Amino acid sequence: MTGTLLGAPDISRALTRIAHEILERNDGADSVVLLGIPTRGLPLAERIARKISEVEDGFDASARCGALDITMYRDDLHKQPIRSIGTTSVPSVGIDDQVVVLVDDVLHTGRTIRAALDAIKDLGRPRAVQLAVLVDRGHRELPIRADFVGKNLPTSRSERVDVHLTEIEGEDAVILTNGRGGDDA
Amino acid sequence: MRHLLGTPQLSRDEAIQILDTAAQMAATQEREVRKLPTLRGKTVVNLFFEDSTRTRISFEAAAKRLSADVINFAAKGSSVSKGESLKDTALTLQAMGADAVVVRHWASGAPQQLAEADWMHGHVINAGDGTHQHPTQALLDAFTARRHLVADPDGKGLDGLKIGIVGDILHSRVARSNVWLLTTLGAEVVFVAPPTLVPVGIDGWPVTVHHGLDEAIEAHDLDALMMLRVQRERMTGGGSAFFPSPEEYTRLFGLDADRLGRLPEHAIVMHPGPMNRGLEISAEAADSPRSVIVEQVANGVAVRMAVLYLLLAGEESAA
Repeated sequence: MTGTLLGAPDISRALTRIAHEILERNDGADSVVLLGIPTRGLPLAERIARKISEVEDGFDASARCGALDITMYRDDLHKQPIRSIGTTSVPSVGIDDQVVVLVDDVLHTGRTIRAALDAIKDLGRPRAVQLAVLVDRGHRELPIRADFVGKNLPTSRSERVDVHLTEIEGEDAVILTNGRGGDDA
Repeated sequence: MRHLLGTPQLSRDEAIQILDTAAQMAATQEREVRKLPTLRGKTVVNLFFEDSTRTRISFEAAAKRLSADVINFAAKGSSVSKGESLKDTALTLQAMGADAVVVRHWASGAPQQLAEADWMHGHVINAGDGTHQHPTQALLDAFTARRHLVADPDGKGLDGLKIGIVGDILHSRVARSNVWLLTTLGAEVVFVAPPTLVPVGIDGWPVTVHHGLDEAIEAHDLDALMMLRVQRERMTGGGSAFFPSPEEYTRLFGLDADRLGRLPEHAIVMHPGPMNRGLEISAEAADSPRSVIVEQVANGVAVRMAVLYLLLAGEESAA
């Protein structure tokens, strides 16, 4: 079952549902802050924030959305060529006592999220941290699960899941290919 | 990049990568928790054959903020003062498991010898050797200039900027490091110094030379002025004097409020420190809002964090 598994309308519907689930779970958006993990978590977080602001009056999408670069918290730095460090920007309200919703494109081994939790700890003390992902492809290596999932995709380890987004690749699609070795998202 | 020995070896892409990484490191230094776990388990040795408290503590702070272990090895009072050779020191550091060695040496070329001889596996970072190179100083100068003078600086060089370097070019590894780095990044370098303090063979360097600060300010729209430290005791008196008197030096080459006022409005003033107030720079100029001298110190930590990250964080190559 390789090929394009989700198209633009599917991704849009999934993000709309996630936005509503976030609101339901947290009784509104008063203390919700979204942190996207670069590269593709960031535009996804921005889209979810926009969708929340469409239904919640007083939710300022740009003031409640930030970026969390986790490069310097990875546990596999010494096994790979040097990675350039991305930008971390904390929303103006800060993260102390807020509900932080981490946003990433693909949940796989869970190691990225482990690193993100460490990074958050150095930025402040949120009231709670929740996780939203567009795709959960399984094969966890750590006890981590997502609170909000766009699509569960059962995959084999050798397959590759690529998320393309308009902001980066110019199109919205989730593509499954037979690759050698999975990505580590 | 395996070692950081000097700025002539840096490509434009490598230099910009260091500056971009330093910008991210600087951002982390504004947080409540400034320590990052990135280099846990790595050991950085500060090997200083020459006293330099500022550079040493800057490297020490950089390594510690990245969670590396730091060992300070000063030549004074150590085995080196008992006659140990550079080779034996290197073998000792290898045996102690040094992943990186930050070396300051009075002899030009010592870091290169340490890097090229097969004495140890660690990465070598030149923290100043003789009158040769001091690459992290030039990188922090470039970083500071880029931050102030280039809009939206990420990924950019210093293209089109004119930067003046004033003072003792002859003995200055800061000037030698800067001229190559700034040129690589697209800036134009203007030297201002007495004829006695300009090195022989400068014709081959990509610089314009002036023998008076007024003349240089007149001739160029300088975006930044870098004042070098004058070693008062070295400069005057006896048969080895480089200029007649400190007063004359100040009159011709010192930066005061009047000369500062004749620079373009956006121009910044830099100094590698420590300053001789009243000699190469007046207190008014040093404390003016256009002086970025204190910021240079903070940027030095960020730049050294970037260099340590880029050398130590990636996979160990067989090289």
